[in-house]
Amino acid sequence: MSAAKPRSNQGFGRAALVALALGYLALFLLLPFGVVFAQAFSRGLATYLHALTDPTARSAIWLTLTVAAIAVPLNLVFGVVAAWTVTKYDFRGKSALITLIDLPFAVSPVISGLIYVLLFGAHGWFGEWLYAHDIKVIFAVPGIVLATVFVTFPFVARELIPVMQAQGRDEEETALSLGATGWQTFRRVTLPNIRWGLLYGVLLCNARAMGEFGAVSVVSGHIRGLTNTMPLHVEILYNEYNATAAFAVASLLALLAIVTLAARAALESRAPELKRATKTAGGHP
Amino acid sequence: MTFLPLRRLLLLLTLATMTTAAVAAGKTVTLLNVSYDPTREFYDAFNAAFATDWKRRTGGSVIINQSHGGSGKQARAIIDGLEADVATLALGYDVDALSVQGHLIAADWQKKLPYNSTPYTSTIVFLVRTGNPKGIRDWGDLIKPGVAVITPNPKTSGGARWNYLAAWAWAKSRPGGSDATAEAFVKALYRNVPVLDSGARGSTMTFVERGIGDVLLAWENEALLAVRELGAGKFQIVIPSQSILAEPPVTIVDRFVDKHGTRAVAEAYLRFLYAPEGQLLAAQHYFRPRDVAVGAKYTGQFPTVKLVTIDQAFGGWRAAQAAHFADGGSFDRIYEAY
Repeated sequence: MSAAKPRSNQGFGRAALVALALGYLALFLLLPFGVVFAQAFSRGLATYLHALTDPTARSAIWLTLTVAAIAVPLNLVFGVVAAWTVTKYDFRGKSALITLIDLPFAVSPVISGLIYVLLFGAHGWFGEWLYAHDIKVIFAVPGIVLATVFVTFPFVARELIPVMQAQGRDEEETALSLGATGWQTFRRVTLPNIRWGLLYGVLLCNARAMGEFGAVSVVSGHIRGLTNTMPLHVEILYNEYNATAAFAVASLLALLAIVTLAARAALESRAPELKRATKTAGGHP
Repeated sequence: MTFLPLRRLLLLLTLATMTTAAVAAGKTVTLLNVSYDPTREFYDAFNAAFATDWKRRTGGSVIINQSHGGSGKQARAIIDGLEADVATLALGYDVDALSVQGHLIAADWQKKLPYNSTPYTSTIVFLVRTGNPKGIRDWGDLIKPGVAVITPNPKTSGGARWNYLAAWAWAKSRPGGSDATAEAFVKALYRNVPVLDSGARGSTMTFVERGIGDVLLAWENEALLAVRELGAGKFQIVIPSQSILAEPPVTIVDRFVDKHGTRAVAEAYLRFLYAPEGQLLAAQHYFRPRDVAVGAKYTGQFPTVKLVTIDQAFGGWRAAQAAHFADGGSFDRIYEAY
């Protein structure tokens, strides 16, 4: 490794690999990204803003925000509970639970949507009861929320489990033995240790919740201005030969992706020192 | 434990939607029209015209919500509980499904409105690139080697089923034609299809925007839209020697209008499709109007074509569906063979 000859070879190989990786990224990530914005602004700023302030676009944006505002907190709570349960306790069926958490990743989003149609559709298990009580689940906002919750289920838990596993149980057990209540232990000991992982999980969960297409498409009913989320609205606009407006709405989703990535980079650069800081603080409660 | 807040939230959400619906009902009626793909532009204009007319006649406000998608998929959604007040689909079979599988409408729905409950018609034509470089004149040219044909999947698309049946009927009407020669022809045709989109609009996009294929089998309305509004000078329409009378029917969804209390306005909505103003809008959006006076103004747009009907050539939609598009039908046979 430190010999002179291989190093020059290695230098060349490294440059080639870096070039390949960067070229690949540029071709498959940056170029399409650029196309979205180029198309969105191809008819000027006024057209762009018009596409975003159109009532059906506004309702799609609003619905997407609403769905994320419900799905993300739910999965935040579930994710923490699940990760806590899996890493701090031993019980039978634990590995089954870990596998189950990953289920939404393994299932095609279309199936995730169809599950709810089979459960809550007019001919589904609960269909008649829901119809008799005039409660709409699928082809309405609750169905879209359910499908989104299902699809974004694993993100928070998946981020937390490794962090909590690495953490072990010692600190919590110490806190408990010193007389802290369960809640105090969680708030003062566990939470400071996991908060960056938690934030990152929430970020990913949110990005997926806003961007989900397949599962939501199945349960949406595609009613303009009522049950179209942003990704569905993009498809509709495109199919109406309105590519500029489609890319304008798509650019918002692309911006979301950029914000998510930037936040992730910021978290990762700040996390180590902050983590150390919280750890020393947590060490002397 | 984790399901408790979820359930409470759902309850809250439903309560919220119910109260907003109740508030809105005081002044405004809302209709949901669940339609197929290529009617987007037409119903956009028609809904506005109907709302104005309804306000003028009754003083009430009506909001019409629209949902569009592949015809078969849309019928499925209504059966699964998408509470459409009116369904305006691509073909009778999909509306039949609302009766047979969903029990949402009466079996004789097609007799409730004039002209088989079809206020406008269309037919199947060819869209080719300008100058017709592959020299496509009639159905027989579609099976020549090197001709790429774009048509959607007949399992999911209404337009695709009309395409398929039009091709079948043409082959069968040839001298010496039979079901066997028709099946061989359609099989050869599908061998030239590089992409099967799920809906008519998807196929138009493939042909027009992505530039794939030499000929698009399309609804006449979709082809006219492409020629006049999308790529002026880039495409031209070829009328084959024979095609099929495509009748996209409309119906009230009895179960849901009775639940919503919207029967009167839904009926008025469908009747307005037959009124001169509705007919004019249909013609402007490239659907062939039933109204003779309106049709007379648009003879240039709608050339005379020899048209077979689904009843004459196939004994109606139920028979056609069973023979060709049901599991094990002719489409499965010809498409499996690759």
